[in-house]
Amino acid sequence: MERTAAERPVSVGERLRQVSQSVQMDTRLLAMIGAVVAIWAFFEIASGGIFLSPRNLWNLSVQTSVTALLATGMVLIIVSRNIDLSIGSLLAFLGILGGFVQTEVLPLEGTHSWWISILVMIGAGALAGGMQGWLIARFAIPAFVVTLGGLMFWRGAGWLFTQGRTVTPLDTTYSVFGGGSIGESWSWVVGATGFALLALLTAWKRQRRKALGFQVKPASVELAIVAAVGALIAAFVATMNGYDFPRTEDGRGIPVPVLILIVVAAVMIYVANMTRFGRYIYGYGGNPEAAQLAGVNTRRVVITSFALIGALTAIGAVISTARLNAAPLSIGNLLELQVIAAAVIGGTSLSGGTGTILGALIGALLMQSLQNGMVLLGVQSAPQQMIMAGVLIFAVWFDVIYQKRRV
Amino acid sequence: MSQPLVEMNNIHKRFGGIHAVEDMSLELHPGEVVGLLGHNGAGKSTFIKMLSGAYQVDSGEILIDGQPVQIRNPIDAKELGIETIYQTLALADNLDTAANIFFGREILTPWGALDEPAMEHAAIGVMKRLNPQFRKFHDPVSNLSGGQRQSVAIARALQFNARIIIMDEPTAALGPHETQMVADLIKALKKEGIAIVMISHDLHDVFDLSDRIAVMKNGRHVWTGATTETDKDQVLQMVILGKLPDGSYAPGILTSEDA
Ligand SMILES: Nc1ncnc2c1ncn2[C@@H]1O[C@H](COP(=O)(O)OP(=O)(O)O)[C@@H](O)[C@H]1O
Ligand SMILES: [Mg+2]
Repeated sequence: MERTAAERPVSVGERLRQVSQSVQMDTRLLAMIGAVVAIWAFFEIASGGIFLSPRNLWNLSVQTSVTALLATGMVLIIVSRNIDLSIGSLLAFLGILGGFVQTEVLPLEGTHSWWISILVMIGAGALAGGMQGWLIARFAIPAFVVTLGGLMFWRGAGWLFTQGRTVTPLDTTYSVFGGGSIGESWSWVVGATGFALLALLTAWKRQRRKALGFQVKPASVELAIVAAVGALIAAFVATMNGYDFPRTEDGRGIPVPVLILIVVAAVMIYVANMTRFGRYIYGYGGNPEAAQLAGVNTRRVVITSFALIGALTAIGAVISTARLNAAPLSIGNLLELQVIAAAVIGGTSLSGGTGTILGALIGALLMQSLQNGMVLLGVQSAPQQMIMAGVLIFAVWFDVIYQKRRV
Repeated sequence: MSQPLVEMNNIHKRFGGIHAVEDMSLELHPGEVVGLLGHNGAGKSTFIKMLSGAYQVDSGEILIDGQPVQIRNPIDAKELGIETIYQTLALADNLDTAANIFFGREILTPWGALDEPAMEHAAIGVMKRLNPQFRKFHDPVSNLSGGQRQSVAIARALQFNARIIIMDEPTAALGPHETQMVADLIKALKKEGIAIVMISHDLHDVFDLSDRIAVMKNGRHVWTGATTETDKDQVLQMVILGKLPDGSYAPGILTSEDA
């Protein structure tokens, strides 16, 4: 039966679909990667070769890190039919809280100040998010309302800490999380470790499927995929190492915020696809009643998802304030909308049930690439905003068409 | 007769002012199919949801193998070997077949991750019993036909060795061919000694498949008896009017609106 299907003459679109299916990547993701490549090519030419320089790509990766980091959490929130509008304000609050702990509670520049303040921020973030999740899950108050409340509440709470004063300067060790980087050798170590983990996971899956008598992809295809991913990782590390410290030959290597993003993204992809919690997020988003009838503790799932994005917001606050070496009240303004846009451009459906973390990461990269490129070309910030709006709407329109054609 | 597998005695359930189920009782024996009949709003779904753990009884007792049990939630019910196939099928449309079969009871690897290959393997095994032609293991179940979705819902029950299966209108959304498939399936389950409660509006199905029939109206019990003791006309009369086979009204059924 499959034989005749293969022999039938097929259109280009159909063939593309078959190829993408055989490498187990959905067409939508490939289309987005295509869009990023096209945007990069356009800006590279339009900027006269500046856009793809190691220096600009290094900066682009740092600029993307906070939005992308939060988008990984936002995907799970939106997939489970909720929304979180509070993250921008919460980020400001947590940043101020961290700065307050570093400068007023602990001795400034104390040996332990940096990590204690980070732990306090993450704990407070998870608690704040968990509380919002509890209101949503326990009392069935719409997430839109609870987190809109959060949006107004947290920035106000931040103001109370400092009476509106910007906390600055911050701890010097702490500031590494904003703009530091790990150097050439460590970057290669990180790249190699990541590659080894991916290869091991692929091998485990293959071996497990074989043991159960399933068909597996031809070894050559599998190897080619692993090799391609390896090449991408190597290109990434080489680029990050290609941006030298001023007046030296030493490459900076992977920026610390980007390293944090890589680790968080890996953990979140694992959580979404390979844990019960992730399965319940998707199942609940697909059919909340089914989840309840299946005996899933849906309340706990929702609360956990909000605690998780709260903790991620704290990490975002660390990166943002460390980069500025200050914790101003205005930080994270409109960040929630940027994060939601990244998730939506990345294929997350606001009606719940669908969306991938990888998609949201690419969505964040796509948006930041546009912004970065437009700045390079000297586009003013007002038209920038308008163009981004167009992209957002186009992406969703594309999704609507794509979903219709798939069924 | 053998010891009943399930006894539900004098069950009551209210929702605010509505007495959805009022003093309803039912027994189930191993390998028996009981058809539960009644009008829309008669309380059938509410009644069986107290056995499947979706609702808790207000008063009344449930015995399994003669032992009183507390069914507080769907997990309690499942631990007692009670599986439910809902009217709405209650599948997560965006997940694939294996994920739906194992939803809430996933197989984990030794380090706590989902063991997808193992679940898929088991899913293929159980689906083979129900629907040997089925191939769409990697599609979200929203891409499946009504009959295929029904098989997935039933596979959920079979995978965990149900002793009691509750079916709320299992054929309501199906075409004739698929209805026949579900009918064959019910006969097969019966042979395996599984007790089945089936809610259906299709009298033909009910007479074809059930050993006994129970009729409800306005939350109350009207009549229970062997399928061979009655016929479709009588049953229809009981469903509509709450009249017993001898023509008298069942106690408590006649209300001013009926008269
Ligand atoms: N969750 C609920 N809350 C309030 N009323 C309910 C609920 N479920 C059912 N009812 C009411 O209980 C009665 C019985 O409903 P149901 O058990 O669904 O009947 P059936 O399945 O026989 O059609 C109806 O009047 C219905 O409106
Ligand atoms: Mg019903």
